[in-house]
Amino acid sequence: MKQQELIPHLFRTEYRKIVSVLCKRFGFEQIETAEDIAADTFLAASQTWPYNGVPQNPVAWLYFVAKNKAKNHLQRHLVFESKVSDELKRSFDETFETEIDLSPQNINDSQLQMMFAICQPAIPPEAQIGLSLRILCGFGIEEIADAFLSNKETINKRLFRAKEKLREENVKIEFPGPTDIDERLATVLTTLYLLFNEGYYSSSQDNVILKDLCYEAIRLCTMLVENTLTGKPEVNALLALMYFQASRLDARIDQNGELVLYDDQDTNLWNPELISKGAYFLNCATTGNTLSKYHIQAAIAYWGTQKANTHEKWESILQLYNQLLQTEYSPVAALNRTYALSKTAGKETAIIEAEKLKLTNNHFYYALLGDLYAGIDNDIARQHFQNALALSRTQTDKQAIQKKIDNL
Amino acid sequence: MRHEDGSKIASPEQMQEWMKQTMDWIGGIAAQNKFVGGTGLLFADAKVVHHNKMVTDGPFGEIKETIGGFITVRAESAEEAAEFAKGCPVLQGEGNTMEVRRIHKNEGGH
Repeated sequence: MKQQELIPHLFRTEYRKIVSVLCKRFGFEQIETAEDIAADTFLAASQTWPYNGVPQNPVAWLYFVAKNKAKNHLQRHLVFESKVSDELKRSFDETFETEIDLSPQNINDSQLQMMFAICQPAIPPEAQIGLSLRILCGFGIEEIADAFLSNKETINKRLFRAKEKLREENVKIEFPGPTDIDERLATVLTTLYLLFNEGYYSSSQDNVILKDLCYEAIRLCTMLVENTLTGKPEVNALLALMYFQASRLDARIDQNGELVLYDDQDTNLWNPELISKGAYFLNCATTGNTLSKYHIQAAIAYWGTQKANTHEKWESILQLYNQLLQTEYSPVAALNRTYALSKTAGKETAIIEAEKLKLTNNHFYYALLGDLYAGIDNDIARQHFQNALALSRTQTDKQAIQKKIDNL
Repeated sequence: MRHEDGSKIASPEQMQEWMKQTMDWIGGIAAQNKFVGGTGLLFADAKVVHHNKMVTDGPFGEIKETIGGFITVRAESAEEAAEFAKGCPVLQGEGNTMEVRRIHKNEGGH
């Protein structure tokens, strides 16, 4: 790897580890300090490596520098705060090595514990995602702003408020106890699910960042799967879902950055390796008695990876959506269920069901009605597509709908 | 859901078809975010406890109708609930009926 690529690459992989370990050591009240130290470490690397050459083990170099900076900070803090005795200061140097522990085990644990600390109902979901991107994924503020179609200032404010809140709530960076692990895990999974969807469905024009969001969600979910405490069936199911969906990442955006709808995708671009990973984790998810909403969604996504448009495929998808909607209603699931119905029972039946949904502020609702009426009554179809166009907010969606109108 | 004669035995194919129709019916209500819950009631192991506390097998015999199950929906009115009921595949059986009842709640919900 070339040097100008090496530092950004290491920033992506190592910044989050250093921040998590330091923050766990300092506590949430000093999260900014932890971030500053990690950032300073990379600044030091970018200032010295071009002149002195890249060290033989760049990661070890970064950890060493981060440790020293943390140590200096703690020493200053100690002297300033408590005017401790000389004896304490001496022992401080000796105990230091064990206190800032950048071993793989502690790095891993710290990141997982940080995941639980950030994914808190106390802060709004978009702040959880933002903080996750910053602290667990090492994203820059600008990248986060791009992903959220927002600006740096707004994101900075949002993250600042979220950190304040976590401090106020006195959130500890630790694993939840056995009694509330399931409930806490559910919040973590929701955030990872939203993070993935932000990448998969969001509207930012920057496709590279969006793919990164998906892969980061997969990486974080993999960490949960690999840990004995958190590797539960529903976590495996969520990971399976993500892999199945991610298998179409290359097929759903064309060279012009425009969205390619499922039916129009070149199935040769579907990634078989990711599909088989999805199948593997879906299999791992079937070990317990739990049937979570992620199980159902993963099963739907599995059928989505099957290229042949068989009756069995759409009947299975329909029944899974029937089941999912009974577990948890969402407008997207309701619309997709109706689409599956059109494949099994025909468009006329689906139109009757679709018109009962009355999701009149949702552009996907009108897009679905447009699709269903297309070929049956193109004038009505056009009217629905026009409504969809008026309600859609992003360029990607507008282009996709316009294409449908042109095809009528 | 009231069946006029619960002792009728259906073929596995028929059962599967009814199952699918029932799932599609419930799915359609759930897609409108109006499904609350539902329970099918099995005939196997059914008992009748009489007023003298005598227990007999099955709801069959002297009782004409049996209850096959119930679902709870979130409807604006009894009329809307009746519209939902019209879609239930149980009604394909001659003599079967659907009964719409409001759930007793203090705060006046349905």
